[in-house]
Order: sequence, then structure tokens, then C-alpha cells
Amino acid sequence: MPDVRTPAPQVTPRPTGRVSVPAGIERVMEDRKANEYTPPEPAALTVRDLDFYYGSRRALAGIDLQFPEKMITALIGPSGCGKSTLLRCLNRMNDLIEGSRVDGEIEYHGLNLYDRGVDPVEVRRRIGMVFQKPNPFPKSIYDNVIFGARVNGFRGNADELVERSLRQAALWDEVKDDLKKSGLALSGGQQQRLCIARALAVEPEIILMDEPCSALDPIATLKIEELMRELAEHYTIIIVTHNMQQAARVSDYTAFLLAGEAGSGEVIEYGPTEEIFANPRDKRTEDYITGRFG
Amino acid sequence: MALSDVPVTPTASTGTGPSPEFMAAMRTHPTKRLRERLIIMALGLAAAVSLVTTAAIIVVLVGESIPFFQDVSIREFLFETEWQPLFEPVSFGVWELVAGTMNIVLWSMAIALPIGLASAIYLSEYAHGRTRRILKPLLEALAAVPTIVYAYFGLTFISLDILKPLLGDSISVFNALAASIVMAIMLIPTIASISEDAMAAVPRELREGAYGLGATRLEVATMVVLPAALSGVIASVLLAVARVVGETMIVAVIAGQTPNLTLSPLESIQTMTSYMFQVGLGDAARGGVEYRSLFAVGLMLFLMTLTFNVAAAWFVRRFREEYV
Ligand SMILES: Nc1ncnc2c1ncn2[C@@H]1O[C@H](COP(=O)(O)OP(=O)(O)OP(=O)(O)O)[C@@H](O)[C@H]1O
Ligand SMILES: [Mg+2]
Repeated sequence: MPDVRTPAPQVTPRPTGRVSVPAGIERVMEDRKANEYTPPEPAALTVRDLDFYYGSRRALAGIDLQFPEKMITALIGPSGCGKSTLLRCLNRMNDLIEGSRVDGEIEYHGLNLYDRGVDPVEVRRRIGMVFQKPNPFPKSIYDNVIFGARVNGFRGNADELVERSLRQAALWDEVKDDLKKSGLALSGGQQQRLCIARALAVEPEIILMDEPCSALDPIATLKIEELMRELAEHYTIIIVTHNMQQAARVSDYTAFLLAGEAGSGEVIEYGPTEEIFANPRDKRTEDYITGRFG
Repeated sequence: MALSDVPVTPTASTGTGPSPEFMAAMRTHPTKRLRERLIIMALGLAAAVSLVTTAAIIVVLVGESIPFFQDVSIREFLFETEWQPLFEPVSFGVWELVAGTMNIVLWSMAIALPIGLASAIYLSEYAHGRTRRILKPLLEALAAVPTIVYAYFGLTFISLDILKPLLGDSISVFNALAASIVMAIMLIPTIASISEDAMAAVPRELREGAYGLGATRLEVATMVVLPAALSGVIASVLLAVARVVGETMIVAVIAGQTPNLTLSPLESIQTMTSYMFQVGLGDAARGGVEYRSLFAVGLMLFLMTLTFNVAAAWFVRRFREEYV
């Protein structure tokens, strides 16, 4: 079977795309810049003119992006262009980095996440995160899943929540007989699904995924991708990936980022995934997705 | 078949087998092997020194305790409640001294453990990098103050200037509380510093996982970082307890010399070490029962520390959340 993790020069767009490009859109799009695209409403998150700094070093410059609700949006771009940084801005994870600073705003239900007085803990509860490296707690599978719910004052039926979350993450059948087992005793792919289950148990609205499959083999990868398609029925998903086929397969919209002259990440092109892959408007996007970059 | 018999082909095979140069290069050089052996022996010897010393201490303790237990029955030692070796009627019930030691352990740890852990959590989870870089060495310097300095600071300042005016007649001039407070002041840096090391070693990914689920800093610290760092934290506590049990100057100067079967912090007490110190200062004749009681108490002290160690090892195995 082909190795789905390495970008191939030829990328075919996801054949069963849910987003169809309306006829006549080409004409409309002639007039806009490649990175000025507004996906259909409603938006789950709207990033406006966002700059991000690690100390004095600007890692993101003038990011404008609107993430549509209950869709999968992929962030692609070469290493170091600021994909993770942008993703971590979306749930204020970067607050934890000393000396970091954000300019601009991220609108969430009419509220700017970076307004004074917004509690980052609440933000992260509603906007969950799955990391590149599976990072289950060194606790039992059960305790891993229930952790987020517990810290958020969950008072309902814990067993039920654990089962539901594990089922949603397509892990239940593999672990149901031994929920007391340590989360670390699972395989990498299972650990990643446990981390997804753990995120789902908090019932977030948006799930951010930073290269969730990069540590997994092709089969586990496909499993997670399938899962993401299912989750997109209920959740808004924003995923960072280095895998072009993955972006093409799972996402509805794709944003291509690139570090500009000063090394600050910018959005080069944004639009429906099919269009980006079949018909990129910017030369740099085309070079990147066809593997001719650099 | 020996490994060296396996035909090795360094380059794409020419069909003639390995060249002699290649074979020579692949073989362990005899002098290299000898050096390796010598290094292993030296390291083993170094390890043996501490083992032998420990064994020697046990032999001496047990050896000198045997004649003591010929004079004083083990029954009296373990079941009498009076420790009165110096005047008639002589009595050797060790529990008064054990209680003295436990008294100090209890109260000093009751103070040092929460403050030490809180400091560790603050340093590792809350403090900015700069604050931590300034505070940590300061804290560690505090652990290097000689205990006799602590002892007189405790007697004059804590006991006489603070506790006595505060509590009046309900507290003895020499009391376990002041000793415990001073002991705690001495131990907080140890607990904080070692625990902080253990907590700082917990991978950032674990913390981020918890933050990403909407955990607060305190929840991350107590529910994720602390359990993952448990063995290091317990090690710090164990070290602290061992220091309390073994500490002599502070208790001898501040807590008094009154064997007392109590865990009340307000009374004057005597710990095992402070008894040994007292006997050592006096003119107990070598070979007398009083002199030999030193070794019996020493043995008891040794058994106690051993128990603490075993208990701590069990506790860590039972509750640690291993992250690697
Ligand atoms: N904690 C940090 N402190 C300082 N600079 C950082 C930090 N994290 C990332 N950077 C810098 O910010 C830039 C963007 O990093 P980021 O991790 O967002 O890239 P990325 O697009 O996710 O790359 P990759 O695909 O390799 O994961 C890089 O130049 C990186 O060196
Ligand atoms: Mg990244």
C-alpha cells in the first residue's frame, strides 16, 4: 500500500468533497487575492489581523482567517511557518509561553478571545486540543477520559461519559475490557484516539489538532481520518498537517501559510480544499502542494 | 558458533571473505579490554566502600547491643514506658525516646511538608523563569546553614521571644514546638528544591494536555504534575524525615532533655539522638550499661529509618504515575 504520510507530487482532491464550488464562482474569485476568502457562515472562529510574538520575534503577521462551523479546515505549510503557533493562539495555549504576545483579535460567538477578562481556562474547555505526540496522562484509561470533565465540575454519570467518549473516538471496543489499564500501555494510535476521547469528554465546540497522525502508521492514520470525518458532523475541526493527501482527504477548507521575508508566518492562500489542490491561485501554493517547494 | 567465526564482509562482497585488516579492526583490543576491566573494578570498589561501612555499622550496633540486652531484657526495653537510665530506679523503656523523636518528626513535617510542597508548586508551575532562577539558589543556600546556628536561633528567638510570651505557662521553656518549627525552617528548602526538580522534569506535553482540557494551573499542578513527580517528592520527604530523625543539635538545645511519652508539642522532651548526645557528653564508663544503651538506642534509630525507607518505597510504587 502507498505510504500516505509522504507528500506525493500528484495530489488528487478528495473525491467526495462536501463543499461544491458553485458555478460561476471563478468569475467572482478573479477579483480577490488568494488569501482573501470568506467561507460560508456561520463562522466558529474569526481571526482578524492577528500578530503573534515570541519575545521580540514575530512569528505570525496579519493573519485573517475565518473558520466555518462544523467543517474541517486544514492548515498547511512548510515547517516553521507558524501553523502550530496559529493553532495554539486559537485556544490561548500560547498564554503559557513566557514572553509571548498577541495583537489583533479572534472572535468567538461575538466575543474577542483576547479581551481582558476572558478566562483562558474557559476558552480551552470550549476549544479543545489534540497534540502532535500522543500525550495521555500516566493514569488509567478511565481517568484519562474523565479528567477534563472532572476539572470542569462534571456531575453526571461518569461511566456513561467515558463509554460515550471512547465510542466516539472509535476506541471503545479495543479497551472496554480493561479501562483500569494505564493509558500509556496502549499503542501510539490507540493513545492518540484516547487523547481524542479525552478531548471529546469535555464536550468542546471546536477541536484543534496539531499533526495528530504524524506519529502514527498509515492504518492508524486512516482510522483517525475516518474519525475526524465523523466528528465533523458535530464539531468544528481545525487541523495542522504536513500530509498533503491527508489535507485533501479530510478537510473542507485549506489555508496555506508561509513565512515571509521577516520570518513571520502569513496566510498565502485560503479556500475550499478542492480548489486549493486542483487549482491553486498562488504560484507558491502550487509549488508547495506539488512538492516542488524550496 | 562464536561470533568471530561469522564471516564478515565489509564491502560489497568480492567473494573472498573479510580482509585481515577488517578483522583486526573489528576485534577488541587486549589493552582496551584490560582498561575496561580495571574501570569496572574501581567502580565496584567504590560502591563496596559504602556497603562495607553500612555492614560494619550494623555489626557494631548489634554486637554492642547484645551485652546491653543481657543486662536489660528486650521486654523491658520495648514494653516499659519509662526511660530513666541515670538515676534510681533505673528503667529502660525506649518508647519515651521514640516518642520524642516521633513528636519532632510529626510536628516539623506538619509544618515543612505543606509549605515545602507549596513552594515547589509555586516555583515549578507559577513562578516566572527569572524569579525561579533567583529564588532557587537562595533556597538552597538556606539548606546549608549549620544546624547549631539554627539551634540557638530557635532557642533565643522562637522559644523565648515568640512562643513563651505568646503561650505563657502552657509551654515549657524547652519544648518540642520550637524545635519542630526550627527543624521545619531548615527542611523547607530541601523539600521545595528536590520536589521542584522532580516537578520540573515532568514533560511539558503532560501539562499542555491538561491545560488543553480546561484545567487550571492548580489542577495541573496537583492532578498531573505532582502525581507524575511523586517519587522525587517522596524522596525529598524521606530525606527530610531522615534529617529530623538524625538531627541532634537542634533538639538537644531547644527541646530539652526530658524523656516524655507524649506527642504534645508544648512539652519538654528528649529524642533518641539527644539522649545519645547527652550520654556521649557525660562520663558514662565504657562497658557500663548506660554506655551500652547508646548502641541499643542507635540500633532502634537505625531500624526506624529503615522502616521509613521501606514504607516510602512501597508508597511510591503504589501511587506513582510513571510518565516514561
Ligand atoms: N516556544 C517558542 N519560543 C520561541 N520561538 C518559537 C517557539 N515555538 C515556535 N517558535 C518559532 O516560531 C516559528 C513557528 O513555529 P511553529 O511551531 O508554529 O511552526 P510550524 O509551522 O508548526 O512548524 P512544524 O511544521 O515544524 O511543526 C518557528 O520559527 C519557531 O522556531
Ligand atoms: Mg508544528
